Amino acid sequence: MTVQSPGDQTVTRSVAAVQAKSRRRRYRPRRALLGLAGILTLLAIWEIAARVGLVDPRFLPPPSEVLPRLLEIATIAPFWIAVGDTLVQWGLGLAIALVLASVTGVVIGLSPFLRRATSSTVEFLRPVPSVALIPLAVLLFGVRIEASLLLIVYAAFWQIFIQVLYGVADVDKIAMDTGQSYGFSTWQRIRDIVFPTTLPYLMTGIRLAAAVALILAITAQLIIGTPGLGLEIARAQNAGLYTTMYALVLATGFLGVLINFGARFLERALLSWHHSVRGEIPV
Amino acid sequence: MKKAFVTLGFALGLPAILVVLWWIATTVSPSFFVPTPGELIVTFVETWFGPRLWVDILPSIARFGIGVVIAIVAGILLGMLVGLNRDLRAFTEPVFEFFRALPPPVLIPVLLLLFGPTDWMKVFIIVLAAIWPVLLNTIEGVRAADPVQTETSRSYGISGLNRVRYQVLPSAAPQILAGVRQSLPIGLILMVISEMFSSSSGLGFSIIQFQRRFAIPEMWSGILVLGLIGFAVAAVFRYVERRILRWYHGLKELENAA
Repeated sequence: MTVQSPGDQTVTRSVAAVQAKSRRRRYRPRRALLGLAGILTLLAIWEIAARVGLVDPRFLPPPSEVLPRLLEIATIAPFWIAVGDTLVQWGLGLAIALVLASVTGVVIGLSPFLRRATSSTVEFLRPVPSVALIPLAVLLFGVRIEASLLLIVYAAFWQIFIQVLYGVADVDKIAMDTGQSYGFSTWQRIRDIVFPTTLPYLMTGIRLAAAVALILAITAQLIIGTPGLGLEIARAQNAGLYTTMYALVLATGFLGVLINFGARFLERALLSWHHSVRGEIPV
Repeated sequence: MKKAFVTLGFALGLPAILVVLWWIATTVSPSFFVPTPGELIVTFVETWFGPRLWVDILPSIARFGIGVVIAIVAGILLGMLVGLNRDLRAFTEPVFEFFRALPPPVLIPVLLLLFGPTDWMKVFIIVLAAIWPVLLNTIEGVRAADPVQTETSRSYGISGLNRVRYQVLPSAAPQILAGVRQSLPIGLILMVISEMFSSSSGLGFSIIQFQRRFAIPEMWSGILVLGLIGFAVAAVFRYVERRILRWYHGLKELENAA
């Protein structure tokens, strides 16, 4: 008679979760090393392509010149002013879009009549590419930051609005009815029933909108000439300062990475209670 | 019969109200910046249904179409390759993460420098911008394939191309199409601004020209053209998605009903 070791069936969910976590951790160094190798390979290809002279070397400076230049411009004020301008337009545009989209989304989403009456208009306006509004933005605002904001708000609004509509449509009808029987006011129902259900959708919308808002901010700066990193890139290109231009392009990419990570982190932090974030637990 | 009228009423009600409001507002207090609906329609037909259709609209749409198709095909192929191999996934992840986060418009000055303002450069920009959502969603979709399905196909000896065709591709399809949905508007944005940045023809170029000449009704009609193209692209996508994912939507409905 042997003592039965605790079988699989006694492994509780929390143990499984811890195991899954440790299993994930075990692969980390290998993954990190491979990722690093990937980055180095890319840099090596770029360096070789620039040195071999496939294209005019003036037009494709090697990373061994671009990366030092990036460090160099990162020590001077105009660079950080451009980064600040870009972030202000991005953040302000996103915030305006968030407020407008959540309010209209909840109001329209909660009323079947409004949802039906607006759906054709929404379906028509949503796919209009926001860059179509560039001439209008120039006409109305010139190179002031309002021109950027118009494009950013338009693009980000639809991303968030549609997700809020999905979210509100997902609200449990029984929960709403229960709320009503317990005498919840409209505000209480929105705060305690609609909001928690909609939050995962809203976060998806914000994550998508954050990326789109950065694209539109940079576009406005490149094309219209509102202050920011995009304008600096266009200026460097016009002045023939190609190494600086590549350094600024890299900086824009890093800003994008930062924004993506920030959005994902926020999503995970705010939704730690939600199963879509917890997932991946083998049962 | 009555039901059809109600549906039609809901579909046309709000747009009709908005147009009437616009018409009243522009007639009561004419504005330099906003044409009346009638003016806009006349200008729209005059401006775009002539030589411009062949010089500006169709070439732009062709560049967009070619670019997006290349991006989708390349994104799916590359995504399968990377998604099915864990080491390759780890190897490419940080690089892909960077390129996904890089706002694609900044590539316009770079590519302009390297290739000059040719048609293929514009197609290439659309490809470079539109590929990332498809690629990353394909990787994610392939990675997240149901392990039971994967093991079942292994025990049935389904491997290689057959496995890709009958197990991997269908199970990743919903996610891949979600990627395509994200990539289409990005492709459209790049179609327009690559023409705004440096070009002598195309939709984006014409619209900027109108604005610089203060040809306001023409400018609005250009915005309308872009809006119609965006609407058409979204409609085509919805149709295709419904065809490809009919089984998936059916499954979802069953699951939701249960």
